[in-house]
Amino acid sequence: MKHTVSVFLLLASFWLINSGYYKPLLLSFGLVSAIFVVYLTHRMDVVDHESHPLHLFNLKLPSYYLWLVGQLIVSNIDVVKRVWSGKGSISPCTAWLPLSQTSDIGRVIYANSITLTPGTVAMDLEDDRVYVHALSREGLDDLRAGEMDRRVSNLER
Amino acid sequence: MPELITLLSSLCLLLGAFLIFSGGLGVLRFPDFFTRMHAAGVTETMAVTLIVLGLMLHSGWGLPLFKLLLILLFVMITGPTASHALAKSALHGGLRPLGDDSNNERH
Repeated sequence: MKHTVSVFLLLASFWLINSGYYKPLLLSFGLVSAIFVVYLTHRMDVVDHESHPLHLFNLKLPSYYLWLVGQLIVSNIDVVKRVWSGKGSISPCTAWLPLSQTSDIGRVIYANSITLTPGTVAMDLEDDRVYVHALSREGLDDLRAGEMDRRVSNLER
Repeated sequence: MPELITLLSSLCLLLGAFLIFSGGLGVLRFPDFFTRMHAAGVTETMAVTLIVLGLMLHSGWGLPLFKLLLILLFVMITGPTASHALAKSALHGGLRPLGDDSNNERH
């Protein structure tokens, strides 16, 4: 039920932000289309804890995002440096890294965070490990140190 | 105050443009498909963020601000998903990355 409410609120605010017209006729069109889409998503059976991970929205999430933005800036500067200093500065490598998340959504968050930071890409994902391609050995070693893995696992609890 | 915001906005846009240029240069310079993908990653994270931030400072309070925020959100979610799909399909298509250790065979 709370997932349905969340879908509806999300669609309604999305409609409001994108429309910018607040006349009764147009507002009722928005309401009808939001309700219709909620009905469709129910028929498709896609409204659940995976498409709407409400249980992950707590105080830990903003602090993780803040940390991730910091990592993004650091790794962007690193990759740009390597671009300008040429081929000699990169040492591409691949490895299977272990992961400690217990839920699918946790694994997806970890793999997506790896891919989002430039310099490392998650290429394959299994139950207990992730296949990573890195632009440099240092990038892979940073991941292997497990800071990101620990922080994502911390989100699940 | 308006001058300061204009200055900040221009700075963000300039830095974003520089990062996009760097990303493009990396795509041309790096040796293989997978390393090139990392260079493209710069344009879809920091460069997009800086450009959208610059435009947000420029637009001021109002609906366009939230629309720009939505654009940023979509790029941040679809970017890594597309990169992952690209890398995975290249790998499954039989393309071996440079520096792939043979003792690290999959499955």
